Amino acid sequence: MSDPGRESEVETKARRGRNIALALGLVLFVILIFVVTIIRLGGNVANRPL
Amino acid sequence: MAMSEALTTTRAPARWQDYLQLLKPRVMSLVVFTGLTGLVCAGHAVNPVLGAVAILCIAVGAGASGALNMWYDADIDAKMRRTRGRPVPAGRVQGADSLALGVVLSMFSVMLMGMALNWLAAGLLAFTILFYAVVYTMWLKRWTAQNIVIGGLAGALPPVIGWAAATGSAPLNAWLLCAIIFMWTPPHFWALSLYTSEDYEKAGVPMMPVVAGAKSTRKQILIYSLLFTPICLLPAVTGLGGTLYLGVAALGGLVFLILAVRLSRSHAGEAGGQRNDDGLYDVRAGARDARNLFAFSILYLTLLFATLLGEHLMGLPALELLR
Repeated sequence: MSDPGRESEVETKARRGRNIALALGLVLFVILIFVVTIIRLGGNVANRPL
Repeated sequence: MAMSEALTTTRAPARWQDYLQLLKPRVMSLVVFTGLTGLVCAGHAVNPVLGAVAILCIAVGAGASGALNMWYDADIDAKMRRTRGRPVPAGRVQGADSLALGVVLSMFSVMLMGMALNWLAAGLLAFTILFYAVVYTMWLKRWTAQNIVIGGLAGALPPVIGWAAATGSAPLNAWLLCAIIFMWTPPHFWALSLYTSEDYEKAGVPMMPVVAGAKSTRKQILIYSLLFTPICLLPAVTGLGGTLYLGVAALGGLVFLILAVRLSRSHAGEAGGQRNDDGLYDVRAGARDARNLFAFSILYLTLLFATLLGEHLMGLPALELLR
């Protein structure tokens, strides 16, 4: 008899899919922010008082 | 606020595809297309990556609106054939999760638009999301038969956001693109509602055919079509569209008017004219005129924006008939 407290195979598969999608979304978001920052700064990154 | 029982019970584990469905991908694709047209027609050189970020923000903002709409309207969606399979009424996603997704994505899209492009575009995007989620979904949709007329502004704003993202301003030509979509919305949705009004009636949504009857709706579709088609010609007058655009707008507008007149003379929307099943295009004989106008309205709007986009990408000269 299966344990009612345990996740079924379908539930585990669905959760893994959600986690992978969330991880990919976060990684893409970080890359996006990095690229946008570099573009917005452009050559001006050197034009600041040291 | 009314909430269906489906919100509190989860029948199947949510997959990532269910969360994607909350963002209404089909609506997102339309918004991407019109937003891109606004961005390109602005004629201002934009860094291609920043341009792509602007379109992404518009798409995610539209998706966030969709998630907020699916959270609030789960009770209505559960009663209609077209929408009862959506993740929240079907019990695959909790209503609270849909709300959280909508709020988080709204904030991310607006903040990113502001930081990457400019705050006028971000402000317009925030206004669009709030207008769709609060003014249309929470207020107009359940209250007045003019719901899609006023609410149509949310769907009409993406070209203005795209234009503002490129230039930091929103001139008359940007609002002309907005006006075209705004005036297109009533004949488009009312033609659809003429053969889906049974669903809206069951759900208690005061769509025009439910409140005013089919005959009045057909008359109003004709009036809006008479106002809409001349507006589509205006870009050729204001230096936005070229000769090709003028041809497409004039010829398509003529077909649009013929279909609207045929619909006004038909009995579409009256007893026996409802659709057969879940297919939007499969209707009984009485509603064919409504289905034809609905289908052509999508084609016409797509052609108008695709022509403008093509002309600007190819650098074709615009007409300025008033000059």
